[in-house]
Amino acid sequence: MTLQDVIDQLQLKVLTQTADFSKVEPTGGYTSDLLSCVMAGAKKGAVWITLQAHMNVVAVAALLEMSAIIITEEAQADPATIAKANEEGIILLATDKLTFEVVGRLWDMGLR
Amino acid sequence: MGTGQDARRVVTDEAAGHISRVEELSYELKIGDVMTRDVQTLSPDMEMFDAMQLLRKHRISGAPVVADGAMIGIISIEDLLRAVENDGLHAPVRDFMTTKLVTVHWYEPVVKALELFGRAAVGRLPVVDENGKMLGVLTKGNITNGTLRALQIDYQEEEVRRYRASHLFQDIISDRTSLILRYRIEPRDFTRGGQASNHIKRALLRLGAHAQLARRCGIAIYEAEMNLIIHTTQGGVIWVEIESDHISMSTMDDGPGIPDVELARRPGWSTAPAEVREMGFGAGMGLKNIERCVDEMNLESKLGEGTRLDMKIVFPPEETFGDTNPAAVISRG
Repeated sequence: MTLQDVIDQLQLKVLTQTADFSKVEPTGGYTSDLLSCVMAGAKKGAVWITLQAHMNVVAVAALLEMSAIIITEEAQADPATIAKANEEGIILLATDKLTFEVVGRLWDMGLR
Repeated sequence: MGTGQDARRVVTDEAAGHISRVEELSYELKIGDVMTRDVQTLSPDMEMFDAMQLLRKHRISGAPVVADGAMIGIISIEDLLRAVENDGLHAPVRDFMTTKLVTVHWYEPVVKALELFGRAAVGRLPVVDENGKMLGVLTKGNITNGTLRALQIDYQEEEVRRYRASHLFQDIISDRTSLILRYRIEPRDFTRGGQASNHIKRALLRLGAHAQLARRCGIAIYEAEMNLIIHTTQGGVIWVEIESDHISMSTMDDGPGIPDVELARRPGWSTAPAEVREMGFGAGMGLKNIERCVDEMNLESKLGEGTRLDMKIVFPPEETFGDTNPAAVISRG
């Protein structure tokens, strides 16, 4: 499964610069809004589902080399956060869906 | 890839800080750097049929028409099709060539040509000098190749930097060599939160550290860095000493100090204020995470005086830097 499949099926909005998302293959997923839990639990290449949308999520994702962040429940990332994500090469995706639904659909798609 | 659309975008000073390397290259690379110099030209008096044969032979889709050293037109596949439609294959090139010429100067940036390709619907642009003399021809293919070549050079330069840094511990002889990195962390500076840890992680990778080792150091330092940002009254310092077989990391601050160190180490316990918790900090897992990532950790604090956190990671024998195990360094590249 590629990130492009995820974007298409969940109708996610891409906040950062476009790239060939069909070349990105998420290695798994992690969900939490507590940054230290993410630090402890998220794997390299994973997709992180959170409703945190401030700049520090980019720092966490960059340090852990995650493939993308899905910002849920209409949380708004400000331009500085998006700029930082572009700089660090972190893909930011957004949706108005609930975290519960996003995680469930990703699981259904076969992401483990 | 920089497309015509990207090129038309107005780049403000703020956005300029965040454009991709490829976009940057479209401003850095000159048209003269990527154009084809050895250009096949046509004469205005030759037959369209011969022009077609020439294009086919050289596998090109167009060529400039030159008379007495000056470019007077250009022939493309579209002109050839017009000739076929109008029974003109035996007419001279001058009857079908396009004379409305869009040219670019060799010293202009590639982005200028991308703009023209997007706007003027042409497949090739004659490149001229200050006096209008033709120097070469530019196609989109030239731009793609030139950009890829420049990216390749970038990549090689990073490899060379990495190679040089990875030999630091081999090239400098002493009884005990170490590299010290220092960072000043300001209180409540969430905007730059994670920057120091990211820089430390990158430094370790450049020195040739294994990805897993760099990740462990990165996580430990990140938690310590955020503690300085969240909890200190006047910020603090991060001090990292890298040696060939271990890394020592410390954070020091001058207050407020931790009332009960034992309690602070308990998972889930946090004194982070509500507004910081809203950002997802203050899970009470920071010190636990650090413990998990390092081989030794020591936390000392005096209320009203300050806190000192010492962490140490010992490299596995096969992962040391320098000549204790040169093979490991080389294989890491």
